[in-house]
Amino acid sequence: MNPSPLARRVLITGGTSGLGRALAAEFRRRGAQVAIVARHAAGLQRVMHELPRVHGIEADVANKQDIHRIALQALGALGGLDVLVNNASSLGPVPLALLADTDCEALEVALATNLLGPFRLTRTLLGALSASAREGRGALVLNVSSDAALTPYPGWGAYGASKAALHHLSRIWQAELEGSGVQILSLDPGDMDTPLHALAVPDADPAGLKPPAQAARELADAIAEAVIAAPPSEGSSPTPDLPGARA
Amino acid sequence: MIAADQARQRPADARLLHLDANGRVHHLPRTAFVDALRPGDLVIANDAATLPASLAGTHEASGAAIEVRLAGRSSLAADQVSEFSAIVFGTGDFRTRTEDRPAPPTLHRGDRFRLGPLCASVQALLGHPRLVSLRFEGSADAIWAGLAQHGHPIQYAHLAEPLALWDVWTPIAAEPVAFEPPSAGFTLDWQSLAAMRARDIGFATLTHAAGISSTGDPRLDHCLPFDEPYRIPLATLQAIEAARARGGRIVAIGTTVVRALEHSASRREGLQAGEAIARQRLGPASRLRIVDAILSGTHEPGSSHYELLRAFTDDASLRRADEALEARGYRTHEFGDSVLIERRQGLRHADSRPDAADARAPVAQGCACALA
Repeated sequence: MNPSPLARRVLITGGTSGLGRALAAEFRRRGAQVAIVARHAAGLQRVMHELPRVHGIEADVANKQDIHRIALQALGALGGLDVLVNNASSLGPVPLALLADTDCEALEVALATNLLGPFRLTRTLLGALSASAREGRGALVLNVSSDAALTPYPGWGAYGASKAALHHLSRIWQAELEGSGVQILSLDPGDMDTPLHALAVPDADPAGLKPPAQAARELADAIAEAVIAAPPSEGSSPTPDLPGARA
Repeated sequence: MIAADQARQRPADARLLHLDANGRVHHLPRTAFVDALRPGDLVIANDAATLPASLAGTHEASGAAIEVRLAGRSSLAADQVSEFSAIVFGTGDFRTRTEDRPAPPTLHRGDRFRLGPLCASVQALLGHPRLVSLRFEGSADAIWAGLAQHGHPIQYAHLAEPLALWDVWTPIAAEPVAFEPPSAGFTLDWQSLAAMRARDIGFATLTHAAGISSTGDPRLDHCLPFDEPYRIPLATLQAIEAARARGGRIVAIGTTVVRALEHSASRREGLQAGEAIARQRLGPASRLRIVDAILSGTHEPGSSHYELLRAFTDDASLRRADEALEARGYRTHEFGDSVLIERRQGLRHADSRPDAADARAPVAQGCACALA
């Protein structure tokens, strides 16, 4: 079956490996204009070579100073934005550690990457996303979640707590944005065969893990469905028959 | 008035002077802005994000330190970011008032500027020693990355601290095409947008490349505003038509919104969706075709912004508003207090025919500047 086309402007953080790289390829295949963020120039050069016409932005979502630079370059290159995928993630301590053995700094890094970064970037790009929604393009933010956001796995404290916070932030934001036309999704792609998973569970059998390309297809399908069924933005055309409308 | 010297977009004590359609003056907290509107009204704001348009560097031929302020562009297209018009200053930084900044070295066509990671060359001199058109080298992505890495927002000497990009992006900022912030949009926050929805007040946006507010030279300042490209989305055009059909008013957030809508409506084909370049100056003789009220900062008599306010109301009413602003110590400049001015009753909307006088008025009437 052909995938649903998605001719949208898409920004993906953590776009040079694992799920992010697979999402960039998947969106591009569906006709999207894609920009990706990553911390290292070498990885960006490689992906931009492999995926021509993808715009690369060298920056760290955990760094407050980088957020508006990312927004400037993405909005500049794409001429606006319809879909933001907050995918970049930090495990916290590597190897994984019990909370009592977790350095405060490792928890801070996990929170900065998995919670504060997505919050800051979403907030900065919300103007562009709501402009997209007003033009009927179905704007959407996908926050990449995890089953560790819901289940208290021992050893996954920094990651799980930060992803739980991101998941709840997504739900509250989705409720607050009702009527704006911008949707905030939080989806768990499942356990994937990615560099991040290999760092967390070095001896996992890849055969038991989902290929990132498959997860990317599933997420792109979910996004395409949500964007096409997007609720219209209210407010730009109030109903004409309300009392007071002719005041 | 007092200069607002803190870069806070929505200070809790911000105030709003409301000059109503009968010329009466009211004072209210600016957070109550939505209360001054009516169900059925349509609020239109400029969603342009602001470029880091100030670039420090050197003039290669002389080795002199310069500051380049990007000032204009002929299109909003995302991939056309090589060419800009720009004002060039000599040494110094934001602590020096623009008027007191030294001139740049003598500039010639073909001169190269090194601006951090960016290189640019002078394509043409535009009739003034500070005003040039320049062309950046490299791909659009490299230019955006260079601006992000090296550029700063244009600074103001009346502010205590240098501005960062987040200080000048409004909460609704989208495409980065403005050279200075469309600062009337600082008024808006997501709470006020929700309040509008709850009261059945519409909200729409257009994108207008707000230009620079000061060039440091009275002769050039006299040419402001320069030509400014804008885009009106189809959804906004439809919202305007729906609001007018139900008798709602069109409330512009800022002078750039008035300029874009009235420029579009003054053309032979009337108000249209799409991209165009605003070239007109609005003043007391202008007939407003679309906009019924404007929310704006406070402006000095004689400035181009103040002239635009004169299109909305009579001089006696504006004078009363000025006296009230002065007497009550309202704050002025980008981060200052605001005014809401309704079109004076009796100053009727123009009919839909093109206004030959307005349409003909060139951007730089009486000026020697020839902007791209």
